[in-house]
Amino acid sequence: MKGLLRYAITRILMTIPMLFILLTIVFLVLRVMPGDPVSAMLGAHAPERVIEEKKEELGLNKPIMVQYVNYLGQLARFDLGNSMVLKQRVSAPIKEKLPATIELTFWGMFFTLLIGVPLGAYAANKRRTGRDFGIRLYGNIAYCIPVYWMGLMLQLIFGVWLKWLPVAGRTSPRMLSSQFSKTGFYLFDTLLAGNLRAFNDVAVHLLLPSLTLGIVLSGIFVRLTRANMLDVLKSDYVLAARARGVSEKLVVYKHGLKNAFIPILTMLGLQFAILLAGAVLTETTFSWPGMGRLLMERIYLRDYPTVQGVIVVFALMVSVISLMVDLLYAAIDPRVKY
Amino acid sequence: MEQPILEVKNISIDYPISIGTVEAVRNVSFSLKEGESIGFVGESGCGKSTLGLSLLRLLRPPGMVVGGQMLYHGTDLLSLKEEEMRKLRGNNIAMVFQNPLTSLDPLYSIEDQFFETLKEHNPQITRQEAVERAGKVLEDLSIDKDRLYEYPHQLSGGMRQRIMIGLGLILNPDLLIADEPTTSLDVIVEAGFIDLLARLKKEYNISLILISHNLGLVAEIADRIAVMYGGMIMEIGEAGDIFARPMHPYTEGLIGCVPNIKMDQEKLASMPGSPPDLVTPPAGCRFSPRCPKVMDICREKTPVLQDYKNGRKVACWLYNEAE
Ligand SMILES: Nc1ncnc2c1ncn2[C@@H]1O[C@H](COP(=O)(O)OP(=O)(O)OP(=O)(O)O)[C@@H](O)[C@H]1O
Ligand SMILES: [Mg+2]
Repeated sequence: MKGLLRYAITRILMTIPMLFILLTIVFLVLRVMPGDPVSAMLGAHAPERVIEEKKEELGLNKPIMVQYVNYLGQLARFDLGNSMVLKQRVSAPIKEKLPATIELTFWGMFFTLLIGVPLGAYAANKRRTGRDFGIRLYGNIAYCIPVYWMGLMLQLIFGVWLKWLPVAGRTSPRMLSSQFSKTGFYLFDTLLAGNLRAFNDVAVHLLLPSLTLGIVLSGIFVRLTRANMLDVLKSDYVLAARARGVSEKLVVYKHGLKNAFIPILTMLGLQFAILLAGAVLTETTFSWPGMGRLLMERIYLRDYPTVQGVIVVFALMVSVISLMVDLLYAAIDPRVKY
Repeated sequence: MEQPILEVKNISIDYPISIGTVEAVRNVSFSLKEGESIGFVGESGCGKSTLGLSLLRLLRPPGMVVGGQMLYHGTDLLSLKEEEMRKLRGNNIAMVFQNPLTSLDPLYSIEDQFFETLKEHNPQITRQEAVERAGKVLEDLSIDKDRLYEYPHQLSGGMRQRIMIGLGLILNPDLLIADEPTTSLDVIVEAGFIDLLARLKKEYNISLILISHNLGLVAEIADRIAVMYGGMIMEIGEAGDIFARPMHPYTEGLIGCVPNIKMDQEKLASMPGSPPDLVTPPAGCRFSPRCPKVMDICREKTPVLQDYKNGRKVACWLYNEAE
């Protein structure tokens, strides 16, 4: 347990240099990119003097190095600073949008695993049959489809043609989130408020975007699970278990799947960054008011501090997930000790 | 005469692969009496493991039995339904494999694996009963009971192999197939292990099929020895008798390979030539291309097992012609 704690702390400390490098890159790229927050706000034809005044107010007239050091100093005090285009703290929109993105990625991940792992395991168990072939085909197609295209197709089918599911937003326009919103995680909030009608509304809005993410990412998990299961089913301990009269179901789903799950977990940790990227695109397709949309909007406005803040939060999310994956490892595999 | 515990008649096993069919086992017949032990020896790839696995109907794909019968107490194993066969595995016929390091599921404790084995054959058993029974077996194997709560990676190779034997014995089978149980153990552990196997065989009153490429090792424990080459039994008989008077040239060669302190490393190297390609096996006797005493007929016709003195059977034209 003590080792575990030490490991967790080391891991968290290790994210600091990573964050540092990432931020440096983002910081520079934003400032090298054509356009800046002042001209984005005031338009291209504002008088020179007004522009200069504004730049001075935002500190943009100082040399980049100075700006950079100031920013890092601010971060070290756990302060993300103020937006350059709106009169708000950077943390304000992030606090508001982060739950929406976490909700989306969580259910996206849920569908990814729900679809990918059982299909892959089933295909391995039925290898070289028509069903195996069908599942593999599905996996390859899902893997190749771009997220936004998948989103558009699902919107077209379930939203436009069948009219079963809403295609945009987190709630219906008539549903006032202020009635239940406490934590910002709407599914949780509506349950907490005991408002089942609202829960239902939130759930149907969540379904298409998270399914989009789930289907697209399930492809790689189908392939991975199937390949790992095939390997594990060939292993000596599976043969030995069969030789002791252990039934096929236990062999495949207890010994097989659990062992095959370890590399799947690794992949999950690695794919999480891709999942976030997918979430950004999905948010745009589904007008999902989350961090991805926020990032897009603020990039257009050249709101440097907010863009940097969003990136910091994304990076922290990736680190937290990979730490959680490592802890899960230790829970599943007795050979892993920290 | 009492019924043999196992009677294998003319078993042939194929692995159909893309480039043809591996004729891994051809017309193998032997029988095993209660309490008896038989050793199968031969070079790598001669079909020993294939034969052993086929007795549990656990051939690795694409392997399949293409002919013959395997009578266990008179019932043909090949005719059983899959569920009946499953109940027999472990409970009546147990098998211990070549590699103890990879034969235990790394994610489950030893106790879990004992409990699972017992529960699959007796759904009513409680974890506590299972632990008690496992504890007794471990005691017989001189393993501390506390080891039950450890995971495979915490145990040494020798310990894991003994645990594999324990898992094999826990259901009181009357037939144990041990496939090269000592190859991955060092020499000292190996010697102890063979003694242990001999003792357990008596205590648990089991018949034993011991598979090995090491003739000397098999001779220590087996009552009878079957020498296999290229998927066929070339010679079978009393262990001591075979050692003293090998008849088949291949057996002679094998005995020449049994390590001896006085030999130098050069000589230790096995006999010249390499095992046959079983997709297109040599015509006639499968050993003929390597046989020092090869005759014309050997390359044309396949010799069959013939009876000689002391229950010895040999498949070789050298002796057929003499008649
Ligand atoms: N799954 C398989 N697919 C195809 N061919 C196989 C398969 N398993 C075994 N064979 C072939 O069958 C023949 C017999 O193999 P087997 O493993 O029974 O030999 P063995 O006597 O146990 O050898 P070893 O001493 O190396 O364990 C070999 O030629 C091998 O290449
Ligand atoms: Mg073998």
